[in-house]
Amino acid sequence: MEVQFVLNKKQIRVDVGTDAILLNVLRDQGCKSVKCGCETTNCGLCTVWIDGKSRLSCSVLAASVAGHEITTLEGVEKEAAEFGAFLADEGAEQCGFCSPGFIMNVLAMLRELDNPGMEEIKEYLAGNLCRCTGYMGQLRAIQKYLEYKKGEME
Amino acid sequence: MITIGNYVKAKTPEEAYELNQARNSRVMGGMMWMRLGNARIKTLIDLSELGLDQIEETDHVFKIGAMCTLRQLEQCERLREEYGDGIAEAVRHIVGVQFRNQATVGGSIYGRFGFSDVLTALLALDTFVELYSGGIIRLSEFVNRRPDKDILLSIIIRKGKRKFRYESVRRTKTDFPVIACAVVTGIVHGRESWYFTVGARPMKAALVERKWQIAKDVSEGQISAYAKEIADEFTYGTNMRGSAEYRRHLAEVLIRRAICSILAEG
Repeated sequence: MEVQFVLNKKQIRVDVGTDAILLNVLRDQGCKSVKCGCETTNCGLCTVWIDGKSRLSCSVLAASVAGHEITTLEGVEKEAAEFGAFLADEGAEQCGFCSPGFIMNVLAMLRELDNPGMEEIKEYLAGNLCRCTGYMGQLRAIQKYLEYKKGEME
Repeated sequence: MITIGNYVKAKTPEEAYELNQARNSRVMGGMMWMRLGNARIKTLIDLSELGLDQIEETDHVFKIGAMCTLRQLEQCERLREEYGDGIAEAVRHIVGVQFRNQATVGGSIYGRFGFSDVLTALLALDTFVELYSGGIIRLSEFVNRRPDKDILLSIIIRKGKRKFRYESVRRTKTDFPVIACAVVTGIVHGRESWYFTVGARPMKAALVERKWQIAKDVSEGQISAYAKEIADEFTYGTNMRGSAEYRRHLAEVLIRRAICSILAEG
């Protein structure tokens, strides 16, 4: 079936199977940042935004997004790289496999929460799993990035 | 794995109901659970265009559309004003924000899942479900019905002054609960009434009611006795998350804490 939606600000039209999962359709469209990490709807690696909200693309039927707006990491590349540099500076990651979904949810959090505290940050990101760190580096990176963004605003 | 023959965004509840009468039809909620199972679905029915994604309020009820997400429930200011932080507490431990932006209240309730925090929380309130064909029935009745071919349109909470508490125990953050418990009190037909639900026992939530008048200065021993009496009303089971005995113990502790917390509020 044909489905039309907006992908990273571009209107696209794709032919998908009725049971096609959005994650696979996005990868076929060249958005290789979108990956499946757990197969149990838990890890957050497949996070994309649908109409501006973080969602798990592994559990979204491609047919159901007709008329909606999808944003992947590729669509916010500059901002992702900016935050990514903070992650790198903190030596936050080892393998980096989980970072696309993590970065998408961090950027969603910045849009949704105003000046979040540590507990709020932890709660917002609880659905993004990293299996090779203890999250401390990521949390430092987020705090420093928040400070940097605040400084930029002022 | 699931396979899907046809995918239909229903234009009306009638259409959804008619399509759902076929044996291999299924209604989709957030697709969180359904996708993990095995099924050959002939027609998958999407309710997302029926305007069921709002929480509406009238003088007498809150009406939660079946397609509202758990995140909407969590962030609804009016529910927070009416019932305190308990509603948000019931959902905020569920996986993550992404998941809760997608999982639907209707899916949680229709599924009548044992692990359901949402069912445990809503069952303790004065809650009804609106079915396309079956009309409006009490959630406590719906929960014990076998899944059928009706369409769940909304969940209706009848207003009334209530105090609401929710607590769960999890082995690790974002996991299913080992036990989940809600306690509600208020004046019903002129009498102080208490409602207790315990879910994830691991069986689905069940409800126990008591017409108890509990004085604010009641002794700790008496509260413990109340909590034990209620915890003993439920049956518990053993699985990888905990034994029946452990769950019964946890339920008693959570019930006692909730009663104390409500009494402390005055």
